[in-house]
Amino acid sequence: MFPTAGIGVGRAVAISAMIAALAACGDEESVRREAYASTYEALPSDPVLIRGATILTGTGERLEEADILMRHGRIAAVGPALDAPRGARIVDGSGRWVTPGIIDVHSHLGVYPSPGLQAHSDGNEMTAPVTAEVWAEHAVWPQDPGFVTALAGGVTALQILPGSANLIGGRTVTLKNVPARTVQAMKFPGAPQGLKMACGENPKSVYGSRNQAPSTRMGNVAGYRKAWIEAAEYMQKHEAGTADGETPTKDPAMETLAGVLRGEILVHNHCYRADEMAVMLDVADEFGYRVTAFHHAVEAYKIADLLAERDVCAAVWADWWGFKLEAFDTVRENAPLIDAAGACAIVHSDSEEGIQRLNQEAAKAMAAANRAGMAVEPALAITWLTRNAARALGIDGATGTLEAGKMADVVVWSGDPFSVYTLADEVYIDGALVYDRADPSRQPVTDFTVGTTESTGGLR
Amino acid sequence: MSGRLVALVACLWALIPAPGNAETIAITGATVHTMGPAGTLSRATVLVEDGRIKAVGADVAIPAGARRIPADGKIVTPGIFDPVSVLGLEEISLEPSTVDHVQRGDRYTAAFDVAPAINPRSTLIDVNRIEGVTRAMAAPTSAQADESGLRSSVISGLGAVFSLGGGDDYLTRARAALFVQLGSAGGSVAYGSRAEALLRLRSALGDARDYSENLAAFTRGERRAYSVSAEDLQALQPVLAGRIPLVANVERASDIGAALRLADEFGIRLVIAGGSEAWRVADALASAEVPVILNPLVNLPADFDRLEATLENAARLHAAGVTIAFSAGAGHNPRNIPQAAGNAVAHGLPWHVGLRAITRAPAEIFGLADEVGSIRPGLRADLVVWDGDPLEVTSFPDQVLIDGEPIPMVSRQTLLRDRYRRPEGDRDKALPPAYVRPWASE
Repeated sequence: MFPTAGIGVGRAVAISAMIAALAACGDEESVRREAYASTYEALPSDPVLIRGATILTGTGERLEEADILMRHGRIAAVGPALDAPRGARIVDGSGRWVTPGIIDVHSHLGVYPSPGLQAHSDGNEMTAPVTAEVWAEHAVWPQDPGFVTALAGGVTALQILPGSANLIGGRTVTLKNVPARTVQAMKFPGAPQGLKMACGENPKSVYGSRNQAPSTRMGNVAGYRKAWIEAAEYMQKHEAGTADGETPTKDPAMETLAGVLRGEILVHNHCYRADEMAVMLDVADEFGYRVTAFHHAVEAYKIADLLAERDVCAAVWADWWGFKLEAFDTVRENAPLIDAAGACAIVHSDSEEGIQRLNQEAAKAMAAANRAGMAVEPALAITWLTRNAARALGIDGATGTLEAGKMADVVVWSGDPFSVYTLADEVYIDGALVYDRADPSRQPVTDFTVGTTESTGGLR
Repeated sequence: MSGRLVALVACLWALIPAPGNAETIAITGATVHTMGPAGTLSRATVLVEDGRIKAVGADVAIPAGARRIPADGKIVTPGIFDPVSVLGLEEISLEPSTVDHVQRGDRYTAAFDVAPAINPRSTLIDVNRIEGVTRAMAAPTSAQADESGLRSSVISGLGAVFSLGGGDDYLTRARAALFVQLGSAGGSVAYGSRAEALLRLRSALGDARDYSENLAAFTRGERRAYSVSAEDLQALQPVLAGRIPLVANVERASDIGAALRLADEFGIRLVIAGGSEAWRVADALASAEVPVILNPLVNLPADFDRLEATLENAARLHAAGVTIAFSAGAGHNPRNIPQAAGNAVAHGLPWHVGLRAITRAPAEIFGLADEVGSIRPGLRADLVVWDGDPLEVTSFPDQVLIDGEPIPMVSRQTLLRDRYRRPEGDRDKALPPAYVRPWASE
């Protein structure tokens, strides 16, 4: 009916009229929506009462034969012998364990999704060492099958970061791990954005190999300082500019860095070596920002006292090591040693495979510590995956522990979550059953795996 | 490496006992999973003499003077065998000067023999053996085609099985298997298409057969030009004769099928490594008696060769009668192979098959079942005394024996831990950690 190239005249006119109408709407402030806002809405849920389970609350407590009630998307109560409200679904918790939803502070799901082909490489804007202007959320592919496998591993929230090729890689985003068509519908409501910074080998090798700065750790630090000096000046200019009634040109990179200096954006700093973390704390001191968490932090155990004193979290693997020199000094007891010094210890994945079994990663660290004569109980080890992770993401007021009033982000495990044989039976996000191992109708299937799910048995 | 580090590592190595003074050892009271004809024994004794297993059973007489390792309530298994390893051939993955498993270019293909490059005192060894890994197949790989136009051979070379015991006599079997890259991995190594990867392999095998059948004519210079060198043609002979297996790194079901047909054509003993979609062709693998070395944790469609990856791969292959062995993905942590096995069990694999897949099965696959992999008289005494279920993430070995030698249960990592985990009262001491020598108190 219409010409094959272009659109018909009649249709073009109609579209022009629509655009005019939209422009008119835009004039009214009340209709204008906030750009990049979360559009997340909890999935529908009925009240759920889990009865007679072993509960790790994420606050350091362990309750035996205890109940947990979820209602209106929130945790209503945790304790012995709770009454079931009318219409509540009762879940038999005997022999099972209940924990807060697992939170991964370090993931590249969506920006380095499966299949990991060239076309999907969206995590590193490797065109300049400082790309504070890019946002991970603008690249997250919600159809990454890795979100679903992570969900089957009990992950209810996760931070997606740009990669570590750059000194300053861009803004991070924290997501609720719900299947959605858009990233906005996954964005954790109210969660602050983060800024990804990276120390050490990655930035200096990426740019050094191009005969560009930085090519050394010296160059790395010079690069951060240059960016922060510029950001401080930018802030000053913009504050002054407002006083004169002028509006200086906005710069998207500087907006990000100014957001950090104003305390609105949290710094997540990829950094392996103890000495480099100490240097990064000095950089933060010079410019008056806080490092919220060091990520990978293979040598955090060497400066655990410093991290405690400076109130900085350290997110670590259980046992990755040796893939590069700055990862040579791993110890299995890293997280427990950080914790024992009074610092905030987190076990993270940085891996679409590891994120599926963060409980096992924490288990290995816990068991190694106990073997070394430290006393680490499951009630403590779970905090590395829940409360402490929520704290690093600035969402600990909303989730991360099983306390009345918090979001009902909950995992029901088939047994002790620190056993290799234990699987997540049920996963709740805001009280909604988003994953049920026993019920295929509650196992999300991403568009990419349509066509293979039946034969593989699904991603679980 | 700093001088301090050199000193630390040197001290650590000094802890490794010299070979050849093997004492008689009796491990008593444990539940012993022999993975051999004796099955699982309760409250059994394992007697070790001259580095080998002398006896195993409930009523084993313990000679006077034997050193006893009481293991009541413990579990004893054969040592873990890493079937596709970088151990001995790599220190720091991203530092090429420390990486020796990569064959680059195609001057050598099948003749690329990693055995002389193996370092049995590599920094990865102690970290892995204290968690139960006792043998490894050090495996060659092929360099990816790069921007300089370098193309390598899909035939990576010959792997070698070695001991993590640290002694001088560490080579269990050199040239124990030939490794090749097929599927998209083969394509990316060399030529773009997996069809050409397969063709290159077929040409080399055809040439090797022609070479051996016409040796005299070849020597006289009367044969056609071959696609690979004389060294490579010679290295391919044990593969053609069925004396050593050809291990094909391949993921996609259809590529596994192509490898099966090629192996059948040449009468080759094939082993599949990777095999994410192997369950799809499980019956064909079972009837051809082709084993699969897999990482049972692979469940994502990481690429279009693995669209049908599933956590049930191991269980499905076993149910179809395929022999399976487990890898944790080539890297620094073969110590996590038991965790991989535990996860396979969590997804439907019988527990004993999981344990077999990390002990006896790899030994069988490489023709070493009469040397290692199970606990029966005459075999090398690679033994692990576990404090719990060996496939459980919270279990650790209490003691590991390699060739009958109890190894020191310390690693550079445990020493670093102890250096920085100073007792409370010690915190205020004036001296920095550089003066803390935890190995001196061992």
